[in-house]
Amino acid sequence: MTDPLYDTLEVYLFMGAFLLVLGIYGLVRRRTLIGMLISGELIFSAASLNLMAFNRFTAQDPAVGQIFVLFIMGLAAAEVAIALSVMLAVYRNYRSVATKDLAGLNG
Amino acid sequence: MKDFSSTTLILNAIFLLALATTAAGAMIAAGSTRLIRSVCGLAICCLGLSGLYYFLHSPFLALMEILIYIGAVCVTIVFAVMLVEPDEPANEEKRASALEWGGAMLVMAAGLFWALSRLILRPAWAEPAKKGSGAIQAIGIHLLTTYSMAFELISLALLVAIVGALAIARAGRTKP
Repeated sequence: MTDPLYDTLEVYLFMGAFLLVLGIYGLVRRRTLIGMLISGELIFSAASLNLMAFNRFTAQDPAVGQIFVLFIMGLAAAEVAIALSVMLAVYRNYRSVATKDLAGLNG
Repeated sequence: MKDFSSTTLILNAIFLLALATTAAGAMIAAGSTRLIRSVCGLAICCLGLSGLYYFLHSPFLALMEILIYIGAVCVTIVFAVMLVEPDEPANEEKRASALEWGGAMLVMAAGLFWALSRLILRPAWAEPAKKGSGAIQAIGIHLLTTYSMAFELISLALLVAIVGALAIARAGRTKP
């Protein structure tokens, strides 16, 4: 008898790959900084899901992967706080967060 | 035996629900033009992800996913949406070039997904001999012994991020 669906590693890996691809697609297609930040969060989630899947199925000590994912979540929270403040500063100077308008260094 | 198989069926159904929630949320997050819908899509995606974490034998991370991603990250992004302009600018680039770039990006994304699928479906991933338990008690012990340095560094990084965010966002607010 084969394993049930929720006990197979490949399903989780496919989900992680799907999240990564959607995140990259959104990162390129989005036209505002906030949209790009949201797509970046999707990529973070893909990495976390991959780590957790390998942690569940192929790791010797299943606690290590959970700790790593916890660290990823902490870093994601710090990144969002910094990105929000950068966006506020950019909005105050340019009155816009559209990536097309932020071309001050485009010589 | 019948009881066991029906339990498996129900678990499979719940698992498929979590998968569908994650995929739908991610698609809303990446595809919607309104930013607030995009944030809601991210929240839905995180809800599904927490279900997946539960299936991966980690109720602790399922809780943390909801707590940190939905409770902190999504709410912070909602604040960002409120403080800056809410919507993406109207599509000013030419229709044809937008379609062209979108198509090229879709092809690239599909190619990347195909390559990753080839990698995933290779013969077999190694099955190790299990040792640790992975329970929340083991996580706590690891955090305070093996990974205490990284734990402290994360807290330092969060502190620096908060202070830096305040400093960056405050600059230019003072009256001359």
